[in-house]
Amino acid sequence: MPTNVMKRTLLPLLLTTLVLPQIARAQSTITAPSTPSAEAEDVPLKGEEVAILTDAPNVPPPITRKHPTNVKVEIEVTEVVKRMADGVDYTFWTFGGSVPGKFIRVRQNDVVDFTLKNHPTSKMPHNIDLHAVTGPGGGAKATFTAPGHQTNFSFKALNPGLFIYHCATAPVGMHIANGMYGLILVEPKEGMAKVDKEFYVVQGDFYTTGKYGEAGLQGFNMEKAIAENPDYVVFNGAVGSLTGEKALKASVGETVRLFVGNGGPNLVSSFHVIGEIFDRVYQEGGSRYNENVQTTLVPAGGSTICEFKLDTKGDFILVDHSIFRAFNKGALGILNADGEGDLLVFSGQKKDEVYLPEGGAIQTIPSNTKAAPPAANKEERILAGLNVYGRNCAACHMPTGTGVPGAFPPLVKSDYLNADVDRSIGAVLHGLQGEVTVNGNKFNSIMPTLGLNDEDVANVLTYVYSVWDNSGVEVKPEQVAKVRAAKK
Amino acid sequence: MKIQALLLSLLTGLTLAGEIPADMARVEGGEYVPMFGEISKPRKVETFLIDRRPVTNAEFLAFVREHPKWQRSNVGKLFADQGYLSHWAGDLELGENAPPNAAVVRVSWFAVRAYLKNINKRLPREDEWEFAARADATQADASKDPVFLARILKWYGQPSPVRLPDVDTLLVDIHGVVGLHGNVWEWVVDFNNQMVTGAARSDSTLDRALFCAGGAVNATDAANYAAFMRYAFRSSLEGNYTTTNLGFRGARDAELTEPTP
Repeated sequence: MPTNVMKRTLLPLLLTTLVLPQIARAQSTITAPSTPSAEAEDVPLKGEEVAILTDAPNVPPPITRKHPTNVKVEIEVTEVVKRMADGVDYTFWTFGGSVPGKFIRVRQNDVVDFTLKNHPTSKMPHNIDLHAVTGPGGGAKATFTAPGHQTNFSFKALNPGLFIYHCATAPVGMHIANGMYGLILVEPKEGMAKVDKEFYVVQGDFYTTGKYGEAGLQGFNMEKAIAENPDYVVFNGAVGSLTGEKALKASVGETVRLFVGNGGPNLVSSFHVIGEIFDRVYQEGGSRYNENVQTTLVPAGGSTICEFKLDTKGDFILVDHSIFRAFNKGALGILNADGEGDLLVFSGQKKDEVYLPEGGAIQTIPSNTKAAPPAANKEERILAGLNVYGRNCAACHMPTGTGVPGAFPPLVKSDYLNADVDRSIGAVLHGLQGEVTVNGNKFNSIMPTLGLNDEDVANVLTYVYSVWDNSGVEVKPEQVAKVRAAKK
Repeated sequence: MKIQALLLSLLTGLTLAGEIPADMARVEGGEYVPMFGEISKPRKVETFLIDRRPVTNAEFLAFVREHPKWQRSNVGKLFADQGYLSHWAGDLELGENAPPNAAVVRVSWFAVRAYLKNINKRLPREDEWEFAARADATQADASKDPVFLARILKWYGQPSPVRLPDVDTLLVDIHGVVGLHGNVWEWVVDFNNQMVTGAARSDSTLDRALFCAGGAVNATDAANYAAFMRYAFRSSLEGNYTTTNLGFRGARDAELTEPTP
């Protein structure tokens, strides 16, 4: 008690004589001009506005004002049944109706007035923890909201960067696993470099009662979530949310900025764009960038900013390069670049030829040897054809012409072969693709173009027709030439 | 106290110890470890009676007809928020979104306490509700049964239907009680004394003395997401809140017919 009294009487004296000058001194050192941008002085707060919020893959327009302001942000939480994959539905819990939640874009030192509304039909209370908030819980406690209610708090966006926000209501893991996350961008007060296109992509892992692709409304599976064994790993809340008609679109020559988040709840993403090298990556959504990056890690509950220029046209594929997630669990998106392709940057395929290490038709014959003379009669033709067959055909159709059931059609007593000689010539000349029925069995694979000359084609077909109970017709080079000409 | 109880029961014509009203089920007391608490300190639950069904729209309509101050347009904002009975067609009209035999929802804690007091019942305590809700059709305690938990969790993961089902179509448990799970959330008398704060992750480090329940703050079974969600839901409420999926049912001490708060 006595010490308390003493403190109380001494305090004002201390404040006026000792503490205040010290505080003033301390402040003057903190605001020294050499300190990082986060603490450097800014122009005063001025005006107010309502934030423009967007659904993925769209991003709100860049901030053009040169001063901080009061920004109003309102987000409504809804629990909705939506498509996870074709034929597969899931009850998503959302910040604004879809996964990921609304993209929020503010400027450093803005004061954000944040209202969280929980739709009356929600079954759960929800809240929001914005990683852009400096303060306990990131706003979680201040926004704990029962169904049919709304809460409000405000914060000053002290640090620039790209931040995840998410729900932090118990059980936290389940709220996040159901899709409760999104991104908030705090632009540095210097602003960001202008780019032509900006996109919003967030990866998330999902745990369903059924396996990947199992149709119907799927429930959340807690055991799989705890075991960190997801059925789905997707961009923007669904398989195919960035493919087909929904692919991201840009043009050659444009600069692209991807705001990439990872909601988790469990997996770390090895984010990569197939066929593109990131010119700049702001790792973990921070202020410093690395250059010329192929694949960048996006932590669960973290982000990254990737920038690159589109130098050539085509489809560039966004993946989590933990690659089974891309091809078997859904983590795949497409950025389509239209315009003129630069052939020097990328030529496209120039050739596709059969590669046979031990000979084959594509080998050019050395100039000091002579080409074999044309066959003079059917016997010579069959003999020559046997060799052509051995080099080019036997690998698939087998040396005895039996083929491989289910993969390569038989040539023995082949109804397909005997029905139409010209069709057979065409197949050898140009290859064959798609379904064919041979002796009652269906085959659906590819026969490559072999690049044989007319003489070789005539010889090999004459050989095939003369053996294995086939029709025995002789195919002449002239007939081959005719079929070849017909195609042109 | 005893005499008072006796008088009260005689006056109201209600039962003495041992006799169970037809609309209620007897749940034998025992010990249980709540979701939040120390395993070394199981909580004792006395034998109690609980309504077999949640209170329905028709029943609540009869109550507000008799007690106009609990009608939608008369109720004070301190006692019920704007959503109070807002799915009804009018003060004394149910309408298509409130089937007579479906559980009444959008009712505040104050309103349901008034309803129950009027019929000499009370709200179940959180311990009682949780204790009874461990039951499935064949076991009094199915709380470790993964099938049981998965079913509850599935319901929690789905949005509420616009029209709730008839209470007589709900699943019956071993006590003869229907709809503790899979229908609506239900009020308990001490809904706001638990330990889930807004920021759920800090709960395990909070000063336990901060909480009037006096228990521990660690979850005893971190995998029991279903229980997590109930505690989280309750902790988001205030006494005047109403939601589209929050209803109630009555309870009573087994040995005493006098309602205790």
